[in-house]
Amino acid sequence: MSAKRERITGRACVLRGDDIDTDRIIPARYLRAVTFEGLGEHAFEDDRRQAKGNHPLDDARFAGARILVVGSNFGCGSSREHAPQALMRFGFEAFVGASFAEIFAGNCTALGLPCLTLAPQDLARLMDCIDLDPAQEIAIDVTGRSVTCRAGTLRASLPEGTRRQLVEGSWNNTAVLLEAGGAIESTADRLPYLRDFSATS
Amino acid sequence: MSPLPPHETAAGAAAKTRLDATLLDAVWDAHTVRELPNGDTQLYIGLHLIHEVTSPQAFAMLRDMGLRVRHPERTFATVDHIIPTESQRRPFADELAEAMMKELERNCREHDIRFFDPAHGEQGIVHVIAPELGLTQPGMTIACGDSHTSTHGAFGAVAFGIGTSQVRDVLATQCLSLARPKVRRIEIGGALSPGVYAKDVILHIIQRLGVKGGIGFAYEYAGPAIEAMSLEERMTVCNMSIEGGARCGYVNPDEATFAYLRGRERAPQGAALERAVTWWRSIASGPKARYADRVSIDGATISPTVTFGIHPGQSLGVGARIPRPEDVPDDERASLEEALAYMDLRAGAPIEGTPIDVAFIGSCTNGRLSDLREAARIAAKGHVAHGVKALVVPGSQAVARAAQAEGLPEIFRAAGFEWREAGCSMCLAMNPDRLTGRQMCASSSNRNFKGRQGSPAGRTLLMSPVMVAAAALEGRVTDARELL
Repeated sequence: MSAKRERITGRACVLRGDDIDTDRIIPARYLRAVTFEGLGEHAFEDDRRQAKGNHPLDDARFAGARILVVGSNFGCGSSREHAPQALMRFGFEAFVGASFAEIFAGNCTALGLPCLTLAPQDLARLMDCIDLDPAQEIAIDVTGRSVTCRAGTLRASLPEGTRRQLVEGSWNNTAVLLEAGGAIESTADRLPYLRDFSATS
Repeated sequence: MSPLPPHETAAGAAAKTRLDATLLDAVWDAHTVRELPNGDTQLYIGLHLIHEVTSPQAFAMLRDMGLRVRHPERTFATVDHIIPTESQRRPFADELAEAMMKELERNCREHDIRFFDPAHGEQGIVHVIAPELGLTQPGMTIACGDSHTSTHGAFGAVAFGIGTSQVRDVLATQCLSLARPKVRRIEIGGALSPGVYAKDVILHIIQRLGVKGGIGFAYEYAGPAIEAMSLEERMTVCNMSIEGGARCGYVNPDEATFAYLRGRERAPQGAALERAVTWWRSIASGPKARYADRVSIDGATISPTVTFGIHPGQSLGVGARIPRPEDVPDDERASLEEALAYMDLRAGAPIEGTPIDVAFIGSCTNGRLSDLREAARIAAKGHVAHGVKALVVPGSQAVARAAQAEGLPEIFRAAGFEWREAGCSMCLAMNPDRLTGRQMCASSSNRNFKGRQGSPAGRTLLMSPVMVAAAALEGRVTDARELL
C-alpha cells in the first residue's frame, strides 16, 4: 500500500492559461538523464526565464505553495512523467484546474498527486480568491471531492476510481495488477496472436 | 431435438456481438484480465515498446521493488530520441546521451529484452520500426512510454502512450490499469484533392475538433478518404490523435493492412498468416457498431494545412489568412493572442509568404519512405533558398536504406538538403539538432509548442513533408501544389 491521499492543505499558486503542454512544464533537454533527480529546479524553466521573475512560480506571494491551480487541458502533449515529477519535486502535491490532459492526469495518479477539476465559474472564483489573499490556506478534500478557500467550499470532480486509489493508498498500480496472478497468463493464452499465429518470439 | 437458433450458438453469439461492437470493444474485451476495484480494467498488453528516455527510471523502480520483467519476449527496445543524426558512432559526443544509451543496453541485457541496435542496422524511431518489422499487428494492445504510440492504431491495434510508472507496470505485470475510452468515429468522405496529404487531414481534424476535443475518446478514422490511404499515410493520421487529446486512434484493418504485413519479418507467414487474417477481419467494427459520437468531414474541402500558433489546433489552409482575435470564440481569444505574440505573426495576414529559417523533414509523423519520396519530387525541382538550413532525417535505418536504393539522398543533397541518419532529430530538443534563437522552422513533425524544437524562443510551423520541401526551396511558406 502507498500513502493515503485523503486531504491536502496549504498555500496555492495560480497559473493562468489553457493548453499548457509538458514541453513547457519541463523542457526536453532535461529529459536527457536516467533518473528523475533534480527536475524540480527546472520546472517551467523557459517560461520563467522569459517572464523575467514575473512567473507565478517565482512570485514571492506564492512561495511554498503545495497546490497548483491551472486552466484547461493542462499537461497536454508528451507522455513524459518527468512533467508531474518536476512539479512534485518543486513542491506541488495536488492540482486543481478546468481540465487535464489524460496521460498527464494518469501520471499524476501514479505518483499519488490528485488532479481535481472545477466548473469554470468556480475555478475563476478560486483563482480570484487566491490572488486577493495568497497567504490563505486552501484545503483539498479528496475523499469528499471539494476545494475550500475563503470564498467557500467548491464542489470538485475526480473520477471515482482515481478517488478510491488516492484515498485508499492503492495508487501504485504494480502491486494491484500483480494480484491477478495467473489470470494474466490465461488471458494471454486466449489471444489468437499469441496462441494461433505467434511469429514474434 | 431442433438445432439451436444461430444467435444461441457460440459462433452466432460472436457474430452478434461483432455487428454492434467497435474494434475498440472487441480488442478491449479480448485483453481484459479482470475489472479492478477502482472501476478500471486490468488490460493485458500484447506488445510493449521501450526507448532510452522513459524506460531507465522504470527499470530502477522494478529493481527497487525486487521484481523482474514478467514477459521479456513481449517487450522490444530501440534508441531514437537522443541519438545524434550526423553520426551514430560510439561513444556519442554528448556524454548524457551516451549514458542513456549504455543504460538501455544494460537493462535490455539484464532482462533479456530484444534491442534493435544501430550497430546492426535495425534502429529507428520506435513508431517507425515496429510497423516495418511486422511487430505491430491488428487486434493487439500496444503500449509505449511515448505519446505518439497512437501511430500503431493505423493497423487496427489499440495503442496508447504511457508514463514511466506505467512502463514499470507493464514490465512487471504485462498489464495496465485503464479506463475504457468512448469511441468517436471520424469519417472523411469523398477524395482528397491533389497535393493534399494525410498530414493535412489530421491537422484539419484537430483544427475542427480542438486540442482537447478528444479527451476520454479513442478516435476511429474511417470513410473513403481514409480507406484510400496507404498504411504509411494512416500512420500519419493516427500518430497525431494525441494532439487532438485522444490517447489512441485507429483505422479498421482491411486488405491494405494485410498486404502491408505480408512478408514482414515478424508478422505471421504462410498458413499462420491466413489464420491471422481471419481473426483480423473479425475484430473490425461491425456495421451496426455504436459510437459515442460521430463526425463527418468532406475530404474535398481540405487544403494543404499549416499551423500558425503554439498548439497543433491553431492551423489554417495555406491560402487562408491568420485569424484575428475578434473573430474567434471568447475561450480561444487569449490563446490566439498568446500565439500571435510568440510567433510574431500578424492577425489577418496570409500565412503564405511567411519567411522560414529552417526546414525539417522527418519524425514519427512523417519520416517514412513515402514521405521522403513525395518531398524529393519537390526537391528535384530546385535548390534550397539562400540562408535556409534544410534537414532530411529518415525515420529508421531501414527507411534510409530503401531511400538510398531509390537515389533519394542524392536528390536531396543536390538540392542543398542535408541527409542525416535515423532518429527523432529536430522534432524535439533531445539531441544536437535544434533551433537557435527565434528561428522559424517549417517542420513535418507533430508539435509546435513553445520551445519544442530546442530553442526557448524557437518557432514551428507544422505542415506536410511536401509543403516543408516547397518552403525550403522558396524560403517562405508556399503552396506546394504550384510545384508538384
